[in-house]
Amino acid sequence: MIRLEVPRKLKGLVELASSVAEGYFRPISRKYDRAEHTYPKELDLLAAAMSAVDRGGAGVDSGRGSGERGRGGDTIRNGGNMATVLGLTELCWGDVGLALTLPGQGLGNAAIAAVASPEQKARFGERWAAMAITEPEAGSDSAAIRTTARLDGEEWVLDGEKIYVTGGERADLVVVWATLDPRQGRAAIKSFVVEKGTPGMEVVRLDRKMGIRASDTAVIRFDGCRIPRDNLLGSEVIHTRESFAGAMQTFDNTRPMVAAMAVGVARAALERATEILAASEVKPQHGGGPRDAPAAEAELVRMEAELEASRLLMLRAAWMADNGRPNSVEASMAKAKAARVANDITLRCVELCGAVGYGETELLEKWARDSKILDIFEGTQQIQLLIIARRLLGKRSHELK
Amino acid sequence: MSNPLLRGSLRLLNAFAGSELAERYGLQERAKAWLAKGAQRGVSMMSQRRGEPAGGEERGRDLFDLTPTEDQELIQQTMRRFAEEVLRPAAGRADDAMALPAEVLARASDLGLGALAVPERYGGAADGRSPVTWTLAAEELARGDMALAWALLAPVSVANLLMDHGTDAQRERWLPDLADEKRVATAALLEPRPLFDPRRLLTRARPHRGGFRIRGDKSLVARGRSADLLLVSADLEGEGRRLFVVDKDRAGVDVEPEPAMGLRGADPCRVRLDVEVPADALVGEEAERGSHQRVVDLARIGWGALAVGQCRAMLEYVIEYCNDRVAFGEPITNRQAVAFLIADMAIEVDGMRLLVWRAASRAEHGLDTTRAAHLVRVQCADKAMKIGTDGVQLLGGAGFIREHPVEMWYRHLRSVGVVEGGISP
Repeated sequence: MIRLEVPRKLKGLVELASSVAEGYFRPISRKYDRAEHTYPKELDLLAAAMSAVDRGGAGVDSGRGSGERGRGGDTIRNGGNMATVLGLTELCWGDVGLALTLPGQGLGNAAIAAVASPEQKARFGERWAAMAITEPEAGSDSAAIRTTARLDGEEWVLDGEKIYVTGGERADLVVVWATLDPRQGRAAIKSFVVEKGTPGMEVVRLDRKMGIRASDTAVIRFDGCRIPRDNLLGSEVIHTRESFAGAMQTFDNTRPMVAAMAVGVARAALERATEILAASEVKPQHGGGPRDAPAAEAELVRMEAELEASRLLMLRAAWMADNGRPNSVEASMAKAKAARVANDITLRCVELCGAVGYGETELLEKWARDSKILDIFEGTQQIQLLIIARRLLGKRSHELK
Repeated sequence: MSNPLLRGSLRLLNAFAGSELAERYGLQERAKAWLAKGAQRGVSMMSQRRGEPAGGEERGRDLFDLTPTEDQELIQQTMRRFAEEVLRPAAGRADDAMALPAEVLARASDLGLGALAVPERYGGAADGRSPVTWTLAAEELARGDMALAWALLAPVSVANLLMDHGTDAQRERWLPDLADEKRVATAALLEPRPLFDPRRLLTRARPHRGGFRIRGDKSLVARGRSADLLLVSADLEGEGRRLFVVDKDRAGVDVEPEPAMGLRGADPCRVRLDVEVPADALVGEEAERGSHQRVVDLARIGWGALAVGQCRAMLEYVIEYCNDRVAFGEPITNRQAVAFLIADMAIEVDGMRLLVWRAASRAEHGLDTTRAAHLVRVQCADKAMKIGTDGVQLLGGAGFIREHPVEMWYRHLRSVGVVEGGISP
């Protein structure tokens, strides 16, 4: 039955995340924007509480196991994926940088959830995992990565350099993409779990950034770094196609999450701009003629519509994942739309609020800096369009470059 | 959405968490345990307060779901086939002739749209009133052609509005004829003026000789010439916006064709009214008439559904054409400048579609629809026209030539930012 509302059973979670965002993130938001590279220690307490809530059954897992009977006996579910995007939207309404550096919620955790064996999930699942894919010479073209993994006895030896590792300094684990054989292209690319403090792994430096400064972004070097053989996620065998596709599956999970971040920060900006503009008698309304409103009001409503379309695309991608339907294209659509809309909304809200929006007394200028990364990491806007276009047009990657 | 109690304690805890003292004296461990307990209690309290049932039947019935019911899927398939076999081939001719082709009407009566809209009680075959079902149907029909979909759904819309707002006596009086399609009804809501605001109608009604006198102009009335009944919106003196059923035969109803940029196959007409109608022409009873805003909201959802259908047609056509079109030795879709434009069309079609579905499902479940429908109106006006103009652009010169339907669709899609009150799902 078609219905696009947030189910009642997830509203408690949304309310909790919203309370955390407002009561916990917002008060320290500016502090860690200024104190880049300082770990927000307030988060330790919060992370502990949140994982306790999870275990208590109110968190992400609470969505599983109940549902309505759908067509042909299938049960429709609103599960972990939907809970994740809804919760993350609220947290990122508070602060994207802080949400990204919440212990235990790293992008590497999504990779482990997507491809690890049950034994590996038991070993790594509870710990904070960062994700290391990008290299100085390989960004969107992840098949071109040069970090190598060589089997020596019962250990893998990793060599290479990774950049833009979100949470790279703070996480307990780093999921590293490396190739077993550079000549074999993407099929030979595997992901490996490296524990923090393993000899041969060194955080070389932390980058200074435009936004999401509360979150650390590290450069990590691997120099003869030895890890146990069973830290490889997935199969050791080099298959011609599937293995890389398996690694790429991680993105089907993380892209709706980035869409959620975008929806959260965009809503924050739109709400705040609307409050500020209300003092200037700008009061957007629904129900009337859209062309019969002052320009600033029309602008706010137009942004609201863009945001709502983005939010629904995000929910669709999560709903498909919860119900076991392949969602690569829909995940890319959600990410592409939400990220560009968030960038546009946050920038426009600064513009609409003028010097008030541009100054540091408001968070609007910060959100306009934070939002930019969302249209870049986990696949740029252009990469999302490539994925969507290839599928729509029935093209292979060598045809549509 | 945030909980004030929890928010307050989180703020306190936040200050605590940052303090060196707390760390030194090991207070953090205790605070963690306290917060974990408190947060758990908070969540279960919140759930209970919202009346979440403890489990069992009620649970899960309010889920987010994008699956049509079996009945809806059947209707979707039927309309899809009809759109492909009947509407698409006839659309160009209808556009030229500014009239609904006879064979479209004949085939449409086999489809029995009137019976599908009117409940059994009033001589039809519907087992209820479902805005979602008509939204899905409108989308599929418009994938064949937006103008013809509009024309065929005009009487359905009147039936839906009478079901939503009419008295039982009015339903009994008008609906049987709409169910077996003996009479053609159409809605006349839009007015010919710039910056039209559906909250402010210039068509006025006032009490007159035991009935009402209605004066004003209505624009883009589908099937204006062949319609027998008009459902007219007017500002009733002392009451506000209301609907009236007006027999077209009455003196003072003047209908003439209103040729426009597109939608010509629906025979759009200008209707000039200076007409007296009896007391029972006023739709609904005083207490039950409800808000006229629902009429506006529903029409926005309906027009959004037509826009989505027409945009889907555009997307599919463009994909096929551009994949076949070879330039510089390869299909033009091998170029990102082309491929990305098509990817964008697909993203926006899906965004529009989800907005429309959400608003329709809110109407169906008795939730407020004004905001959701307004967002449909605003988003579709922008995106549908962009898809229209990009579609023509992608075909290049061929897009400008009337041999391909995309030039007509471009003209149709300009209406998305213009029409209010087209169809009511």
